[in-house]
Amino acid sequence: MSTIAHTQKKGFAGTVWEYLTTVDHKKIAILYLLAGGFFFIVGGIEAMMIRIQLAVPNNDFVSAGLFNEIITMHGTTMIFLAAMPLLFAFMNAVMPLQIGARDVAFPFINALGFWLFFFGGLFLNLSWFLGGAPDAGWTSYASLSLASEGHGIDFYALGLQISGFGTLMGGINFLVTIINMRAPGMTYMRMPLFTWTTFVASALILFAFPPLTVGLFMLIFDRMFGSGFFDVSMGGNTIIWEHFFWIFGHPEVYILVLPAFGIFSEIFPTFARKRLFGYSSMVFATVLIGFLGFMVWAHHMFTTGLGPIANAIFAVATMAIAVPTGIKIFNWILTIWGGSIEFTVPMLYAVAFIPSFVMGGVTGVMQAAAPADYQFHDSYFIVAHFHYVIVGGIVLGLLGGAHFYWPLMFGTMLSEKLGKITFVLFLVGFHLTFFIQHFLGLMGMPRRVWTFLEGQGLETGNLISSIGAAFMALGIIVLLVNVVITQKNNVQVGRDPWKDGRTLEWALPSPTPYYNFKQLPLVRGLDAFWIEKLEGKTEMTPAEPIGDIHMPNNSFMPFVISLGLFIAAFGAMYHADEGKGWAIPVLIIGMLITFGAMLYRSIKDDHGYHIHKEELLDDAGKGGTH
Amino acid sequence: MKQKLTKWRLFTVVGLMALVLSGCGEPFLSTLIPAGEAGQTAYDLMMLSTWIMVGVVIVVSILFAVAVIKFRRKKGDTSIPKQVEGSHILEIVWTVIPILLLIILAIPTVIATFDLADTKAMDKKNEDGTTDALVINVRANLYWWEFEYPNQKIMTSQDLVVPTDQKVYFNVKASDVKHSFWIPAAGGKIDTNVENVNQIWLEFDNEKAADADNLFYGKCAELCGPSHALMDFKVQALPQDEFDQWVASMQAIDAAAAEAAPTDPTAAAGQEVFNQKCLSCHAVTTADARPEPARTAPNLAGFGDREMVAGILEHNEEELKNWIEDPEQYKPGNKMTGTYGELSDEELDQLAAYLMGLKVEQ
Repeated sequence: MSTIAHTQKKGFAGTVWEYLTTVDHKKIAILYLLAGGFFFIVGGIEAMMIRIQLAVPNNDFVSAGLFNEIITMHGTTMIFLAAMPLLFAFMNAVMPLQIGARDVAFPFINALGFWLFFFGGLFLNLSWFLGGAPDAGWTSYASLSLASEGHGIDFYALGLQISGFGTLMGGINFLVTIINMRAPGMTYMRMPLFTWTTFVASALILFAFPPLTVGLFMLIFDRMFGSGFFDVSMGGNTIIWEHFFWIFGHPEVYILVLPAFGIFSEIFPTFARKRLFGYSSMVFATVLIGFLGFMVWAHHMFTTGLGPIANAIFAVATMAIAVPTGIKIFNWILTIWGGSIEFTVPMLYAVAFIPSFVMGGVTGVMQAAAPADYQFHDSYFIVAHFHYVIVGGIVLGLLGGAHFYWPLMFGTMLSEKLGKITFVLFLVGFHLTFFIQHFLGLMGMPRRVWTFLEGQGLETGNLISSIGAAFMALGIIVLLVNVVITQKNNVQVGRDPWKDGRTLEWALPSPTPYYNFKQLPLVRGLDAFWIEKLEGKTEMTPAEPIGDIHMPNNSFMPFVISLGLFIAAFGAMYHADEGKGWAIPVLIIGMLITFGAMLYRSIKDDHGYHIHKEELLDDAGKGGTH
Repeated sequence: MKQKLTKWRLFTVVGLMALVLSGCGEPFLSTLIPAGEAGQTAYDLMMLSTWIMVGVVIVVSILFAVAVIKFRRKKGDTSIPKQVEGSHILEIVWTVIPILLLIILAIPTVIATFDLADTKAMDKKNEDGTTDALVINVRANLYWWEFEYPNQKIMTSQDLVVPTDQKVYFNVKASDVKHSFWIPAAGGKIDTNVENVNQIWLEFDNEKAADADNLFYGKCAELCGPSHALMDFKVQALPQDEFDQWVASMQAIDAAAAEAAPTDPTAAAGQEVFNQKCLSCHAVTTADARPEPARTAPNLAGFGDREMVAGILEHNEEELKNWIEDPEQYKPGNKMTGTYGELSDEELDQLAAYLMGLKVEQ
């Protein structure tokens, strides 16, 4: 592909092809945003169905079996197919720019990671149309997941396996990028906090996803190929699944929440016009949270019967995580203390995040007290807790991040007015929905119940909770309207739209040129762009003369490799069924497509192309449009 | 913004009011009205941690509110605030204070963890293999509970009967998929695993039991299938003498007593139907000698005295007939549906009369 392709106006088909083959981190970010946003809405619809069913006692809006499918898909979709990719969208869009890189280290693998995630998610959601979704909860505990009839759990195991490969590749890619591709002068201790949290979250992905992969493979083999890892009658053990799942599952929480912390750590200084308070202790706290995140998985298993010694050790270890998290909270407060706060929509989310997340955090410490957790565990108290952490921490981060980085990704600014409406509706709805659930749990309501009977004192709380959920849904609808209006008006806002941008990504012209930095910038300290602006400059000081830029070619292979696995998964799933002789050939064909595409990629030389110096000089006058 | 904050607070206040009005839940179900020592231990720890955490939330909220309100940007203010790097003293303060708070919480946590796991009394066996402590073997099944009293050699299901004012020890396990044994008012839950036996003790205070009309609700707390939400059981907490009486009368339901035909002719006909259609799964004697895998359905000895039909329906003949006619409608995914063919209305009446007549002798 030549550079001319980038300068031409493309038709619709051309745009689709461009996105199917792109290896540009900025376009992959948009793909992640679209796919993640889609799954977020799917998961949200599932959430609404849950709350409608539980609004009144003895409701029959959905059947018992269907309810279990809905809760399973709600959890799985929100964690794996919404929160992860949406964070990956911001990591892709922002991190390479923040460290002054031209792209991620492996652009091809970046695209492959996205398509694996996408096909995995697609496979998982096709279960709705092909005989029923998984119904053993997002944790898919082994005795129930082995007993579950139909192919629901197979969709879960295979779909997550495929999308998990994508996530693992993404994590490794970000690690290599941050280690190797920082601009001159961008030392580790000058990296913006969002880059730091991306770095630590990627390291967590590297260590946390393999246990999930192993666990899922065991589940796949148990269900589809006759092994007995978790089958007690064959000498297996179901507790092993719980360990595998939570050795992955607990760090997963930090994989999600650390990048959200990172987004807030960018928003606070920007709109308080004040540098992040205690930068080095923030970095230290991030690393420590990541490290401790691996030491506490068994607190999800206090009632499994591990014995008092294990429970006591994991209880104390869990409490320890509160310390670095507390450090972060106080540093954020001290960042705005003495600042000059402008309440833009991203800042509103950041401000609302602090009390909301603190409430989720403190109930986490309460659950660390093992004997108290014997009561909290698997009750609505824990449902309230993790929604306070995930919605109050991660989703507020995603919404704030979406408003904050929208100009960087699309060159336009979401409406502040509609944004504020979304904010109020969503925040009010969030607290209304989940605060009361703490008390429902304490009053004896177990989680994952399809219905509840009258006369147990649970009616009022459940109704309030369902009303709150409706507010959240309204907020999201307003956000979608906002997005559509903004993109239709398409008012370009130009460089540094928030006026107080501090880090490198805001130093670029808008829209960002496809090669990012014409010349790699020279980083002279933390908040590199802010330093330059204080000296009256509008651009970064370049660290190199203008020269040719080496760029990767687009490739269709990531799509094909992922498609092959998607096809093979159907073969693996159906091969044991009676009268489905086509399954094994499909499995083989799918694997052939995948390996064939990989072979093609390995044999064919692709050296990419160069953008020549003259073109770059040419671009200079036009602000780098393409 | 200020307005928005007040609005937000208003909602919280309204929410809290709703809670106060609804109290702490029902005494037969709520963890906030603990019925005995195990529940009280958990409750005390819950309250300790709650008060510490409420304190933390208040301190953070005040700092936060002051910061947000005091440092708003004035219109047209373009000044750049002082760029503060950080403060070592402050960092140390907000590292050390949380550590101290956590130590205050950690010590009782560890003590309580070991206290609640202390089931040594179960291991003190007498020469004949029995224990002085009351031990109950709990077996969780898709969607019913079996309670076996090995010392007393009796068995029941769905209604657990325990004496008050003494520690009751439980061996818990599951026979199909994982469940979790939870009597919220009495104490924390323990999972019933498929591969091992877990142990736990609970205690029911006589006075607290009286407040709950001597009847507590038990729940399955681990997702186990479509009817997970309906896998309830009941706990009758009786004073020691009434409990002893119950044990004696249960022991009296031996094979001879169970086989004797009821005097009521309808019930006698029901017994015939039962023996043909139900007896292969449901036992009606309290000393069921069959091995666990053969005990595929709840033991129905003393069924007439139970609190609920199938753990969820009112205990009367009408509901009992509804249940037998179509269990699937009430507990989707249960293992009883379709195992006994169609029953005529007459047979249903007879069965209901027979089952309701299965009472322990008072």
